[in-house]
Amino acid sequence: MIEIKNLTKCYGPKKAVDNISFTVEKGEIVGFLGPNGAGKSTTMNVITGYISLNGGSVSVNGFDIEKNPKECKKQIGYLPEHPPLYMDMTVLEYLEFVYELKGVKENKRKHIDSVLNLVKIENVKNRVIKNLSKGYKQRVGIAQALIGNPPILILDEPTVGLDPNQIIEIRNVIRELGKDRTVILSSHILAEISTICEKIIIINEGKLMAVGTKDELSSTLSKQNKLDIRVVGDKKEIEFVLKGVEGVKEVELISQREKDSFDFSVIPETDVDIRKEVFYALSKNNMPIIMEKSSLLTLEEVFIELTKEGAKPVINQKGGNK
Amino acid sequence: MLAIYKRELKSYFYTPLGYVFVAFFMLVAGWIFSQENLMRADGELRRLFVNLILIMVVLIPILTMRLMAEEKNTKTDQLLLTSPISVVSIVVGKILSAFTVLFITLVVSLIFPFIISKYTEPAWGEIFGMYIGFFLMGISFISIGVFISSLTENQVISATITFVILFALYIVYSVSAYIKDPAFEVVLKYISIATRFNDFSKGIINIESVVYYLSIVVLFGFLTVNQIEKRRWTK
Repeated sequence: MIEIKNLTKCYGPKKAVDNISFTVEKGEIVGFLGPNGAGKSTTMNVITGYISLNGGSVSVNGFDIEKNPKECKKQIGYLPEHPPLYMDMTVLEYLEFVYELKGVKENKRKHIDSVLNLVKIENVKNRVIKNLSKGYKQRVGIAQALIGNPPILILDEPTVGLDPNQIIEIRNVIRELGKDRTVILSSHILAEISTICEKIIIINEGKLMAVGTKDELSSTLSKQNKLDIRVVGDKKEIEFVLKGVEGVKEVELISQREKDSFDFSVIPETDVDIRKEVFYALSKNNMPIIMEKSSLLTLEEVFIELTKEGAKPVINQKGGNK
Repeated sequence: MLAIYKRELKSYFYTPLGYVFVAFFMLVAGWIFSQENLMRADGELRRLFVNLILIMVVLIPILTMRLMAEEKNTKTDQLLLTSPISVVSIVVGKILSAFTVLFITLVVSLIFPFIISKYTEPAWGEIFGMYIGFFLMGISFISIGVFISSLTENQVISATITFVILFALYIVYSVSAYIKDPAFEVVLKYISIATRFNDFSKGIINIESVVYYLSIVVLFGFLTVNQIEKRRWTK
């Protein structure tokens, strides 16, 4: 479990990370989302002990990163943005070095073999790292993080710069790894986060903007359960019927997109599901609904909403500031 | 620490760097040896070693330039600093690997006293003292170089600055000849790393000088550790 409380990190006068708090439970796959320069890498570097923090605290499985860095670092396997590879070593030599560096107790051969197997790089194990393709280098980077079987994996933009096939392969590797480990993964590719991660943390300009599952985020950000419908009939009559439905707070005409029909936006009272009532009311009056969609935001829209200038953080109670 | 030491030592001999160091040292030493000893039929190695100090001033920066700077440049320091080991053991491992290359070089250079022993009985005590002194001086040079290397990401800058500093320490005593102030002269003599070697070259192992060299190693080792720790805060 990772507990981050009021984490602040400054570069000179600029706050790269500003008072961030969140918790990552055991076994979760968490996506760290934010535009470039949002503070994703900085936060990860602080959690792994690479750089110091200016305020707040980071505790990993109960160990504080500043007070007990050694134990803390044992819990984490880290793949930085730029994989820390020694280009003149072969893959096997490199992993053996990492094995010794981390002081792993397990059987060396077996352990390294299992890691090679897991990220599927056995076929290149005797090649010099600098001659490998970018995708393979990235995998060696992940293999390095896996040495010592740390319960927590932190991967900083693991798929950046890879071709689409490699991206899918790396994603599968990560999903596989996430089965019995806690994984924190950063990216600015939304599709990636939404396919792999259960929980999403959005940060922008060093500030925590939102924490929650994909659905939680889109429903908190979308204004209640707003409904967009297209109904055949007379404009005034439809509006009258809709306004008469119990639980409806506001009815708004959007436009006329198809002949004989009108598009309305129906805003209900907070947290009321009005879909059934709207359907029955309209059908009783012979006004067929020919299209209906709830206007929940996609992750993309959530992201854009939260990272535009002057956006206010929406922190979900479940995972946010406690 | 052992993992770092082993990797660095391997890296010296996987890349040409280690060979260049040993080979260049032996080339120059061999030339001086043939001029000073073989040509003159002189069995005394003192002049050889005194001349070799200048070679060390040139070669040590090459040995130490990449030790810290390269890690920072290739971002591999991220691996080291996020591993469950202390900064002290990283620095000690690296310094020891450079010490080892120097040690290997000096072992190879034992060929010179060996050649002399074919013609005459060498002054073994003197030679022993000289080797001890030369090694101690070498490791103090190395620790200065390692510290400079930790200040930059650029190996060329690292080597150049180390060279300038070692060269300044080398010539500082000759400069003192032009200075009339006796107090200042004492100070200059004190910081002149090379003149410390004089006692050793006479076969005298002066405890004060041993402590002097070792404290330079400890001081710059400490400064290097501090520099790396400091980077965590400024980065």
